[in-house]
Amino acid sequence: MLFAIGAIASAIFTITRRNPVSAAMSLVGHFFMLTGLYLTLSAEFVAAVQVLVYAGAIMVLVIFVIMLLNLGNEEQLTERVNMRKTFGALLGTLLAAQIIFMVTVKPTGMNELSKQAAAIGTTESIGQTLFTSYLFPFEAVSLLLLAALIGAVILAKRQLQ
Amino acid sequence: MLPTTIPLDYYLILSAVLFVIGTVGVVTRRNAIIIFMSLELMLNAVNLTMVAFSSFLGDVAGQMFVFFIMAVAAAEAAVGLAIVLALYRGKQTVYVDEVNIMKW
Repeated sequence: MLFAIGAIASAIFTITRRNPVSAAMSLVGHFFMLTGLYLTLSAEFVAAVQVLVYAGAIMVLVIFVIMLLNLGNEEQLTERVNMRKTFGALLGTLLAAQIIFMVTVKPTGMNELSKQAAAIGTTESIGQTLFTSYLFPFEAVSLLLLAALIGAVILAKRQLQ
Repeated sequence: MLPTTIPLDYYLILSAVLFVIGTVGVVTRRNAIIIFMSLELMLNAVNLTMVAFSSFLGDVAGQMFVFFIMAVAAAEAAVGLAIVLALYRGKQTVYVDEVNIMKW
């Protein structure tokens, strides 16, 4: 419950802060709240990976780019086109109404964690499955990461025009 | 194992709310980097759904998917931020409404 409120609050902070650095910091907070939520679902491995990959790697990348581009300028950030804001609010309400309607109109009725929940959340069980039934997707993902790495380096090196 | 009394529906509603916040962020913000962060918010909302279902149904597949989504998100962030860097070099801006070279 606490984690849920924290997660929603930090998510809202993320999209409302004008300064990109404080938005990034709220996003880090959000990732930690999600880690707590994963732990309440007894998914230890995912919780650990969440901290390492998101709060560690991805956010360092984001903050590094923010620093590199020197985006702290407040007067540059006089943003918001009004029509865009209205459209966003409309779209958001619509989407929220749809999803929450779907969830509430047909409750799943599952109130207890599965008995195996703690067993499947461990690194051992994840690794076991990852290297047996999910071996091919695993290799494909490693290839994807390699391609992304090379692509990122080339994109960042080259001039646009 | 943590004894939990939180029903699955609550996790689904929370995840829906987070997803909507991410969507609104993508649509309303101009700063490309903040749009990326909102995308991460949306991916995380989906991850939460996956883990919730995985734990409640006792199936490891959901957590495998989360693992792969995280890998793809990392790749996406790397390429996306490289594009933002290239864009900034060419145009001196990260605001998406000032970039219209692909607009006809």
